[in-house]
Amino acid sequence: MPEMKIITAVIKPHRLDDVKEALQSFGVHGLTVTEASGYGRQRGHTEVYRGAEYTVDLVPKVRIEVLAEDEDADSVIEVIVKSARTGKIGDGKVWSVPVETAVRVRTGERGPDAL
Amino acid sequence: MPSGFSGGDTAFVLISAALVMLMTPGLAFFYGGMVRVKSALNMLAMSFIALGIVTVLWVLFGFSIAFGPDSFHGLIGDFSMLGMRHIGMNQLSGTIPVFAFSMFQLMFAVITPALISGAIADRAKFSAWAVFIAFWVTVVYFPVAHWVFYTDGGKGGWLVDHIGALDFAGGTAVHLNAGIAGLALALVLGKRVGFKKDPMRPHSLPLVMLGSGLLWFGWFGFNAGSALAANGLAGLAFTNTQVATASAMIGWLAFERIKHGAFTTLGAASGAVAGLVGITPACAYISPLGSIALGLICGVLCAWAISLKYKLGFDDSLDVVGVHAVGGAVGALLIGLLATGGGGSAAKGLFYGGGFAQLGKQAIGVGAVGAYSFVLAWIIGTVIQKTMGFRVSEDVEIAGIDQAEHAESAYDFSAVGAALSKALSPSAPSASAAKKAAAEKSAADSPAETKVDA
Repeated sequence: MPEMKIITAVIKPHRLDDVKEALQSFGVHGLTVTEASGYGRQRGHTEVYRGAEYTVDLVPKVRIEVLAEDEDADSVIEVIVKSARTGKIGDGKVWSVPVETAVRVRTGERGPDAL
Repeated sequence: MPSGFSGGDTAFVLISAALVMLMTPGLAFFYGGMVRVKSALNMLAMSFIALGIVTVLWVLFGFSIAFGPDSFHGLIGDFSMLGMRHIGMNQLSGTIPVFAFSMFQLMFAVITPALISGAIADRAKFSAWAVFIAFWVTVVYFPVAHWVFYTDGGKGGWLVDHIGALDFAGGTAVHLNAGIAGLALALVLGKRVGFKKDPMRPHSLPLVMLGSGLLWFGWFGFNAGSALAANGLAGLAFTNTQVATASAMIGWLAFERIKHGAFTTLGAASGAVAGLVGITPACAYISPLGSIALGLICGVLCAWAISLKYKLGFDDSLDVVGVHAVGGAVGALLIGLLATGGGGSAAKGLFYGGGFAQLGKQAIGVGAVGAYSFVLAWIIGTVIQKTMGFRVSEDVEIAGIDQAEHAESAYDFSAVGAALSKALSPSAPSASAAKKAAAEKSAADSPAETKVDA
């Protein structure tokens, strides 16, 4: 039975620092951040170059991935949602998925010990 | 030094020549920033190669064809200065050494074909482009420079000495000439893959701004230097160059703000260049107030003219026609209205009581250079297209011309990308695109390694 979850959050780039701090003070010791682009209800904007107008559909986002033990997962999600929220459209999404295995590369520790 | 020599004039012209030289790299950045990442290097290289090819041809025969004594009805110089062999170190042209004059004029011959390259961005074979430059400067630029710039007491170039068309620094010979050649080549090569469908956003506007700044700086050499003396005429030309450029930038930005809702940096850069182009033929003949008017007209008109390619369906990729052909022609024609008679020529424009006479002469200059340039550029381009091929293959164009033609990438910001390229692309530096594709295939079967030429 999986005992861990991976929590993925796609958020506004300028919220990253707050989210990171909130997660740190909650006790999350590691996370992965990727630059991403996408759209949900928030759509892109229009740019104009010498009269040629381009609609930029994909909005820049930051994707955060956090591995957490099952019992912490909901709290981690709550921390991310609270710290990422601005209340305006385009704040993003958070979801979690069960994880079967996790290995710390340096030591070979497995499961929750690897977190 | 012989009598008549002026150290001040010579120093000024030599520095001006260096300033104009810097315009070609400036143009390379101006254009290079406007294309997509995958063809940035090619765009830079298309300008740079002009410095190579045209300089060599200039020494061999270009200078002689353009500025040798007239040999046939003001159409072409003679061959008395082939190889620049019989020019004495202390021989003068006016108050400056012939060598100083020759280098100053060379820089104009270099940037003119480079200007054309913007019309065929992303899709021209580099070898074909090099051949085009060599033929085009030989049969178009060198003779046209003779028509427009070579004066010899009424026995010089036909436009300047017979007709009396005024073009101080090359609104027709340089800008209209390059702009119309760009139109011809855009028609010969056809549209880029994805023209009007795919987004073709400039990859680096800071590069464009840098380029336009260098162009603006160098242009003082281009225009003021064309006085060929450190004198009042140079001061007037310098003043008008600054003033028209400033007002053209404002004109372009205002047009853009009204039509598209934003002041763009690309608009500021483009407006400045449109003003520089427009004032080039006129800078020695009109007043500073006239320059404000000329700049505004050029800025607004060019900002509008660049939309023509979408309406008419030709892919003048970086708006060489809209900026250089239109700006050069408008600037040359406006001399017919705004010439004060108090600058580099006694001829007066319509608004200064000169009637329509000068305007008619200006129109002849614009028409002759435009028609000649279009026909010859179209012929040279078509012959190259039918023989060696002018365009890269569609696959190369989509993948990016930098890889296939130059075997380089402009930027390497990604650590992941760098690692991948080492593992997957073990081709020798000299490999052609075809060889490279084969090498990539074999790399899939055999352990990857990077070959280095010992």
